[in-house]
Amino acid sequence: MDSDFLVETMKLLLAGVPLTFKLAFYSIAAGAVFAVLLALMRLSGSRVLDYAARSYVFVFRGTPLLVQIFLIYYGLGQFPDVRESVLWPFFREPYWCALLALTLNTAAYSSEIIRGGILSVPFGQIEAARACGMSRALIFRRITMPQGLIVALPAYGNEIILMTRSTALASVITLMEVTGIASKIIAETFRPVEVFVCAGAIYLLLNFAISRAVALLERRLSPQIHGAKHGTDAPEPAR
Amino acid sequence: MTDYVELMGFGPKGWGLLMAQATLMTILVSATAFALGSILGALVAWARIAGNRLLRLAADVYTTVLRGVPDLLVIFLLYFGGSQALTALAHLIGAKGFVGVNSFAAGAIAVGIISGAYQGEIFRGAFHAIARGELEAARSVGMPRLLLFRRIIAPQALRFAIPGLGNVWQLALKESALISVVGLTELLRQAQVGAGSTRQPFEFFITAAVLYLLLSTFSGMAFQRAEVVAMRGVRRS
Repeated sequence: MDSDFLVETMKLLLAGVPLTFKLAFYSIAAGAVFAVLLALMRLSGSRVLDYAARSYVFVFRGTPLLVQIFLIYYGLGQFPDVRESVLWPFFREPYWCALLALTLNTAAYSSEIIRGGILSVPFGQIEAARACGMSRALIFRRITMPQGLIVALPAYGNEIILMTRSTALASVITLMEVTGIASKIIAETFRPVEVFVCAGAIYLLLNFAISRAVALLERRLSPQIHGAKHGTDAPEPAR
Repeated sequence: MTDYVELMGFGPKGWGLLMAQATLMTILVSATAFALGSILGALVAWARIAGNRLLRLAADVYTTVLRGVPDLLVIFLLYFGGSQALTALAHLIGAKGFVGVNSFAAGAIAVGIISGAYQGEIFRGAFHAIARGELEAARSVGMPRLLLFRRIIAPQALRFAIPGLGNVWQLALKESALISVVGLTELLRQAQVGAGSTRQPFEFFITAAVLYLLLSTFSGMAFQRAEVVAMRGVRRS
């Protein structure tokens, strides 16, 4: 391996980091909002809402993300109604299609994580809040949400890392983020090992930064269980 | 609707047979990858439980890298790196030109080594779920290590690993879709080909999505059934 090539490759790849970061950040942020809505639908007690959210999660967790990306990017453009609608400028762009697919995908996985967190809040807490005369919305905002989110945080951190990894699929619909640039360099120079080492290092660094940030946030939010060991051995959900 | 039936049917203009074949290919490549992952996963678990420092470190690095790096990159590495090595080898024995590695092999190995990183963690967790006393008892009656593994560890660890393995299987099934980028005609690739030649991408990708959904649902049911069967003899708290 010659170091000149590695340095040159690293420079080219680093130019893709902003796009990788943007895809990950926006999809996770929008996905989180959507995920909370889905989790609330499942816990609402309404059968219709519960069933709708359940089917959504089932479909998006049961199919490969790449199929979802293709369906949105290639599939929707087939319909004249879509092509003539005001939304066409969005669905025409691979960036927005990738972002939409990533958002919908992470929302499905995250909603289950958040639901698990909310369910872990002891019922006594909610009973106490009711006894104080809090309204449902207030109970949710003050009692259920803050406690549930802390419980969900370690698993959610995992999901953030998985999403960062998944943004690589955007390269298949021509987006030049880190993996897109990497595959271009491989095709041009035919030196897959060196390129893999560089690109891999970037992703590992990103993941490391994310896991540190989540650990820090966790410690900040839960000083009372500081030092308690969380079971993180559980396998990640299938993607 | 009748258009759709004709498009995906088994008639002269239908793509049904091709899509069915591609579905079989998806199952085949995922199963191969999963089996490979099981072997690697067992090795990783062994290294992390009983290995020396070096082996533990190697297993740690393997797990961290393969779980952190995008699957697409791993597939590229295996496919192009494999072709590179193969070409060099062919040149050594006098052949000329470019020798491409088989996309099935490259894809199955790539998804397999990713799967192995996840399965290692699951096997390790399952091993720790075995009651200590059982291992001590087996040792105290003088069981050799291999017999101990075969009679005590393997059957029980496998039993505890089933739910986790079910998850990893789903992961391998969905990751197999990425092998389409190196040209293996599995379900997604076939859908892309169909979409390209008929200009009806929506129908093809929806069909692919439904087929994936069916595969994951039925295999999920199979794993649940396996769990019930394996847990027959275990008292639940």
